[in-house]
Amino acid sequence: MANKGQPKIDRERCKGCLLCVRACPTKVLDVDSEPNSWGYYPSKAVAIEKCIACGNCYTVCPDVAITVYKE
Amino acid sequence: MAEEKRLMKGNDAIGEAAIRAGCTAYFGYPITPQNELTAYMAKNMIDNKRTFIQAESEVAAINMVYGAAATGARAMTSSSSPGISLKQEGISYACGADLPLVVVNVMRSGPGLGGIVPSQADYFQSTRGGGHGDYYHFVLAPKSVQEAADLTYEAFDLADEWRMPAMVLADGLIGQMMEGVVLPEKRDLSKLPKKPWAVGHQGELKRPINHVTSINLVPQELEATVKARFERYAKIKASLQRFEELNIDKSDLVLVAYGTASRIALGALELAKADGINVGLLRPITLWPYPEKRVSELAQQGKRFLVVEMSMGQMVEDVRLAVNGRAQIDFYGRTGGMIPTEDEVYAEIRRILKK
Amino acid sequence: MELLYGHPKSLKPIQTKYCPGCGHGVIHRLIAEVIDELGIQGKAIITNPVGCSIWADLYFDFDSVQPPHGRTPAASTGIKRMLPDHLVVCYQGDGDLAAIGTAEIIHAANRGEKFTTIFVNNAIYGMTGGQMAPTTLIGQKATTAPYGRDPIDAGMGYPIQVCELLATLGGTKYLARGAVNNAVNVKKTKQYIKKAFEAQLRGEGFTMVEILSQCPTNWGMQPKESVEWLEQNMIPFYKLGEIKNTLDGEAQK
Repeated sequence: MANKGQPKIDRERCKGCLLCVRACPTKVLDVDSEPNSWGYYPSKAVAIEKCIACGNCYTVCPDVAITVYKE
Repeated sequence: MAEEKRLMKGNDAIGEAAIRAGCTAYFGYPITPQNELTAYMAKNMIDNKRTFIQAESEVAAINMVYGAAATGARAMTSSSSPGISLKQEGISYACGADLPLVVVNVMRSGPGLGGIVPSQADYFQSTRGGGHGDYYHFVLAPKSVQEAADLTYEAFDLADEWRMPAMVLADGLIGQMMEGVVLPEKRDLSKLPKKPWAVGHQGELKRPINHVTSINLVPQELEATVKARFERYAKIKASLQRFEELNIDKSDLVLVAYGTASRIALGALELAKADGINVGLLRPITLWPYPEKRVSELAQQGKRFLVVEMSMGQMVEDVRLAVNGRAQIDFYGRTGGMIPTEDEVYAEIRRILKK
Repeated sequence: MELLYGHPKSLKPIQTKYCPGCGHGVIHRLIAEVIDELGIQGKAIITNPVGCSIWADLYFDFDSVQPPHGRTPAASTGIKRMLPDHLVVCYQGDGDLAAIGTAEIIHAANRGEKFTTIFVNNAIYGMTGGQMAPTTLIGQKATTAPYGRDPIDAGMGYPIQVCELLATLGGTKYLARGAVNNAVNVKKTKQYIKKAFEAQLRGEGFTMVEILSQCPTNWGMQPKESVEWLEQNMIPFYKLGEIKNTLDGEAQK
């Protein structure tokens, strides 16, 4: 059974580049419909149950706006 | 055992004085007439297990000094006129980052490639700041091999104390002639001034992070930083104006000259004295801070001035500023590497005094 | 819940000024991760260059020195010679290193200076708004190459492959080129950085990691587009991998 994980996104730190959305192999992330206080539309975990804790999102994130936990 | 007097070239004496002052990093580049200094450092810095690099350019050299000085080391570079032009950006950065370092300019004739013989035509560049922005730095002008050693030695202390670059402004004649010199005593490297602002050993010292930088995009903050620096400059001007003077009281005419030109002016003074004519001599030692106080006092006393330089006239403007219209100022100069003779200066004296 | 990927200690937990999607942020994190792993934060010094990454001294939680544009290798030389037991990171962009600072990088490399250069190649001038850089590709547009870089008719010169250029110099021991356009490349780049830093701490000669990095703003693209552009255009010309590796330490492994 694959690892189970959880990305935690600091939506204020995120600038909405969405590179994490592209990098996630199981499509856990997508763009948030609500902007943060900077006016960026940050990334959001839309299908958290699919997260396999691979850390790709963390790896490509230019702002260390994502931390990943493993269950 | 007192240090004994020995015969040394100016360039070598400057190198030895720097080593004795605790210079642990020297970066140079070949250019006449200061090559002996770079060669001296190549041998003696390595013998003393210190850092010597012949850099790929004067630009690289001053920036190596910038890096070494940022760690708190006593660091130096030397060059001659065209090379000093290449270092001006680095010097401006060092002033902007409050970095102590020593730059030696063994002046040659210019502009452009010019010649390789002595000149004083870099006065403006050195005292007005050849780089960008509001800044000044020490400019010390030796007139002998002894003074070249002493002022280099002192330059490191002034730079460290006031956290700014110090330039020793010699010329090809002082650099390449040999004279007797008593060298200053060797500093104990462990007893050099502490620099809490320097980078390095941060974990060990458990101090806050240090940043050596000159950038500040917030105008209010940059202005405050520059203004604070200018308050330090004002303190320096108030306390460190240094000069030597001779035969002033008995004379109406005062010769004003520094470095090699002051030795020639002294010769002319003696020629005049032999003919029963009294002239005085004021020799600035610090070109920045310029001895404006003394010049102003002499102007107030009704003296008149003959400024003698190995240039088309640059220090004369500082004399004019200090005199502020209260006295007659004449100028005599040779340039291109031509050195004025005592007779030429004495002829000027007779013309002015109509003797 | 166990924290798998957290914030590196030697990187301050603040938002950077870099544009959304900019590769500098990833590269900063990699440097900080390796410094944490090597436990060298208390003896790390970075020279932040003139360019976008001049802001590096706001984000790294260790000492920094900011030299004039292009003179970063010279300042790093001065620092490393004075502090041989410290980790000196000479962080540079392609303008700093391959344009104004070409003499400095070549001679620092040739002297085998024992610091590590992190050379961020984004094929453009970022801070000043998108001018052509020495690494701008042929045909790539820039504010100073509005019709695309043209080495033949317009004499705009050819893109410079820095690792290959420096590989000919005796003083260079480790030259690797990575990229931060996808997770695999980011991980490989981190290994190169670690190898270079470890070599530096062993006192081995000049080490450099060139890192292809996306610049969405000045390439005029969305971040997702920029990482694909990098893949299709930069990587074919700037080959990834260890261009030179003559590290002695390697022999022991």
